[in-house]
Amino acid sequence: MKEIRIHARAGQGAITTAALLGFSYFNEGRYPYAFPNFGAARMGAPMNAFVRVDSDPVRLRSQIYEPDYVIIVDSTLLRGYNCFSGLKEDGVAIINGKEDLELPKLKAKQSVFVVPANEIALRNIGRPLGNTALIGAFAAATGELKLDNLIEVVKKRFSGKAQEGNIKAVQEGFEFVKKGIK
Amino acid sequence: MFGPLTVKPKNSKGDKTGSWRTLSRPNYLHQNCIACRMCLMICPEGCVSGKEKNAFSVDYTFCKGCGLCADICPKKDIEMVSEESKREES
Amino acid sequence: MKEFLEGSHAIAEIIKSCQPGVISAYPITPQTHIVEDLAQMVSSGELKSQFVNVESEHSAASVVLGGSATGVRVYTATSSQGLFLMQEVVFNIAGMRLPIVMTCANRAISAPINIWNDQQDSISLRDSGWFQIYAEDNQEAVDFHLIAYRLAEDKRVMLPVMVCMDGFILTHGMETVDMPEQDKVNKFLPAYKPLYKLDTADPISMGLLADPDYYMETRFAIQETMRESIGYLFDISKEFNNVFGRDYKDLLVEEYQVEDAEKVIVAMGSVCGTIKEVVDEQRAKGKKVGLLRIISYRPFPYARIYEALKDVPKVAVLDKSVSLGAYAPVAVEVKSAFFGKKKGPKVISSFVGGLGGRDITMETIHEVFRRLGAKEVNFDFVDLKPELLKEEYGE
Repeated sequence: MKEIRIHARAGQGAITTAALLGFSYFNEGRYPYAFPNFGAARMGAPMNAFVRVDSDPVRLRSQIYEPDYVIIVDSTLLRGYNCFSGLKEDGVAIINGKEDLELPKLKAKQSVFVVPANEIALRNIGRPLGNTALIGAFAAATGELKLDNLIEVVKKRFSGKAQEGNIKAVQEGFEFVKKGIK
Repeated sequence: MFGPLTVKPKNSKGDKTGSWRTLSRPNYLHQNCIACRMCLMICPEGCVSGKEKNAFSVDYTFCKGCGLCADICPKKDIEMVSEESKREES
Repeated sequence: MKEFLEGSHAIAEIIKSCQPGVISAYPITPQTHIVEDLAQMVSSGELKSQFVNVESEHSAASVVLGGSATGVRVYTATSSQGLFLMQEVVFNIAGMRLPIVMTCANRAISAPINIWNDQQDSISLRDSGWFQIYAEDNQEAVDFHLIAYRLAEDKRVMLPVMVCMDGFILTHGMETVDMPEQDKVNKFLPAYKPLYKLDTADPISMGLLADPDYYMETRFAIQETMRESIGYLFDISKEFNNVFGRDYKDLLVEEYQVEDAEKVIVAMGSVCGTIKEVVDEQRAKGKKVGLLRIISYRPFPYARIYEALKDVPKVAVLDKSVSLGAYAPVAVEVKSAFFGKKKGPKVISSFVGGLGGRDITMETIHEVFRRLGAKEVNFDFVDLKPELLKEEYGE
């Protein structure tokens, strides 16, 4: 079983991110359970979304406290929250942010990928919604999902211009991390 | 054991709206303040307090960083500064 | 066909295949997505139905009452305060023997206001004459709606059914659901033929005045029907399994590792998934634990519970609601299944947890098993925060 925790602000599309990841896992024949946890349910308020995935249907219904992967959609959340809380010893974090982002000390085997997802999104979609770039980066950083599959899912979810831009964003996010790993 | 769940003004249970602030926060300069109270009146969170000139302050636990106080101040005595910059302890 | 769907969307899809003639609902979190989707389907012509917009839940319930009385299949959904605003009409619907199906997206009750999940809303309407069935996952939530219409419209029954699904956890949770195909739905659930209806060509009155000479027998009739329905549920689930290839036993309870168990938790709804995880984990360590999941809360399956638990030494009932000033609702019923009987558990302890959306984790379930000892706990909360109690209410 793998567990993903997404940190974002309400309105930034964390549920869409969880849904896209869920769809991608579903397409690869696994059983995802994607669910949100709302706080104040107002735009701008910090909130979480989760994906729990397994080879059998997921029965566990609690929130995720010890994730394998963390995706941080808004790096300003790092100021007030410990977004890495409970991250597994060999966990992976994907952060939407600029290169010079200040990061807390992590454990030896944990890895962090800071991806300029907002920039990628602005360039391709015209709005600072970094979710699709982040799932691309997630696939590259974790090897959990295939890029082609992600693109298929994005194709189904979006249409017209948004589709084109989001596909590019997924690819750029993916490549950004791949380059860094080399 | 008795007591309804109540809160005093300028407070809340759970939702510390200061966590909604992303880019900037107000900085009270305390130079030309005339104590007109307009910043206090316009604050949607009611988190500005003060009575005397140059003695108003904001509770960052609840300030959402909307910038209305800085915008309305007739003496331009409140400025919005980047969240990244260090905060002076008051 | 297997699909990856949000719970609410899956419910809207299955209601679409049930083809209700009238839908009326008022949006309330966490039910909103269900009726939003249905409204969309009606407006796009995908679903031929009359969607009646109303100004409150009381009106929504009244509209479906009226719709059902004219002899068509109807649907509504609500939650929490919305269900309470409907309450007057909810009792009327049962009293008028109208086969209405409603989804209750389980949510906590105000005050203090809270939009998150527990089961206080539907539990509080347990005496209304409605069937109440609780889904563990979205597959069941979907299937139960088909079963609900079939049961409600059965000429031996003619009573409303409330399908309860945990708010957010299921309604907003996306998971894999095997969506029933339309031709199979048509086979299992034929078009609704009412026993009686409001018809100008053949006029009748419904919901009339029943004076002391008549009233009590109406209640006796519902009580008897509920009792008899326990058998019908068994038949209907068998038929459902045949058509859709599922494996529901009797829709009353589910026994999970109960047979040789020394400790069993009794619960309802989505929390049972979490409990099953803990049971498997403990069984792997050689601990004899199990879960008895109650699916039908009304009618309450006393006999099935007696059979399942009569040889289990220790039982804990985990309620997600309270009856303030008394013991917890499900615990009371479970205990009464053994009153005056020769066999039964030595200990039936009662715990309340998960109120107002407090997360029930595997650790919560471990805690319940730990506290299920030789001394019976009449009533206690799990996962209370002592520091908060001290801060808010003093010593």
